[in-house]
Amino acid sequence: MTLVADPKAPRPPRGGPGRRTTRGNTELYGWIFMRASGVLLLVLIFGHLFVNLVAGDGVKAIDFGFVAGKWASPFWQVWDLLMLWLAMIHGTNGVRTIINDYAERDGTRLVLKGLLYLAFAVVVILGTLVIFTFDPCPAGSPADLLPSFCTA
Amino acid sequence: MTAVAEAPAKVGEVPSFEVTLKVLRYLPDESGSPTVAHWDEFRVQAHGTDRVLDALHQVKWQQDGSLTFRRSCAHGVCGSDAMRINGRNRLACKTLLKDLDISKPITVEPIKGLPVIKDLVVDMEPFFASYREIMPFLITTGNEPTKERLQSATQRERFDDTTKCILCAACTSSCPVFWTDGQYFGPAAIVNAHRFIFDSRDEGGAQRLEILNDKEGVWRCRTTFNCTEACPRGIEVTKAIQEVKRAMITRAF
Repeated sequence: MTLVADPKAPRPPRGGPGRRTTRGNTELYGWIFMRASGVLLLVLIFGHLFVNLVAGDGVKAIDFGFVAGKWASPFWQVWDLLMLWLAMIHGTNGVRTIINDYAERDGTRLVLKGLLYLAFAVVVILGTLVIFTFDPCPAGSPADLLPSFCTA
Repeated sequence: MTAVAEAPAKVGEVPSFEVTLKVLRYLPDESGSPTVAHWDEFRVQAHGTDRVLDALHQVKWQQDGSLTFRRSCAHGVCGSDAMRINGRNRLACKTLLKDLDISKPITVEPIKGLPVIKDLVVDMEPFFASYREIMPFLITTGNEPTKERLQSATQRERFDDTTKCILCAACTSSCPVFWTDGQYFGPAAIVNAHRFIFDSRDEGGAQRLEILNDKEGVWRCRTTFNCTEACPRGIEVTKAIQEVKRAMITRAF
């Protein structure tokens, strides 16, 4: 019977004998990274929230000067950098698996993942640049554009 | 009580009732042009002891002989008659009609994610291809012993749960990740790999872990527990998958 070998069915059977293997530890490391970064992000994000919103004067203390002061310290630079990178890789990997699970056509997958990786690159590069090149009082700017503490 | 009593129910009499079966029919066109699946409704007189399979038999034997489905042992052992009954994957031979809501039509569909051949019969080949890939047989090295390969009760207990699989595909075809593109190995293949990976007599564990450490292997499991819920043998499928994941991680580090 040709019917069994070639079912005229809504879904075509998998082509060729057996699948192309895609073995390797990539997905294993990805899986572990999701767990590890998740735990770390819990600490980083709640630490961030506490320092910004609760400690000291609390939420009233937040202004341009507060952020400038935080980024003047290498400790908070590293903290924010870790938070940015971990959150972006964690989130991007999560959305990647969702695309793999739900997008059925290869074309759709390619487009969605392209957009995803583009967004990842833009946010990570821009964010990293901001953290390390932030200068609250750029030299040579008109005085009325600068915050009040730039007296030099 | 008035003297005019209705005929009292006989002791031990099984209550009977009428149910409506709503079956998803699909008949491929021999000329190759696409046909659309459609629903057919059948009224069936059933007893309290009848299963969905008995109702399907009644339809096939008395109403519409063209209704096509698989069944072999009809007693929950061969795993031929997995189908989607009221939206859940079950064995038709293990689902009693009285346990379903008989006030509404009972929907019966083929299991999802596998190509339908006719009505409730699907092409199981992709499913068995994944099963073959994990090498579901004992792998040993060295000389063959002259007596049985002995194993303690504890060692046997380690993989007891996953020996119960009857390969009905209820789990794999309930998995949303499998529905997408059918590339995922699926719970059934992983369960049967688990059965050998944790068998003290087997020496192919590393090979099997290697096979399942695939882009389409255990890491695609999202622990939605659909498989555990669907398994007619009560295997803790999701737990077995997680145990295979853990074995891979301890092997890698």
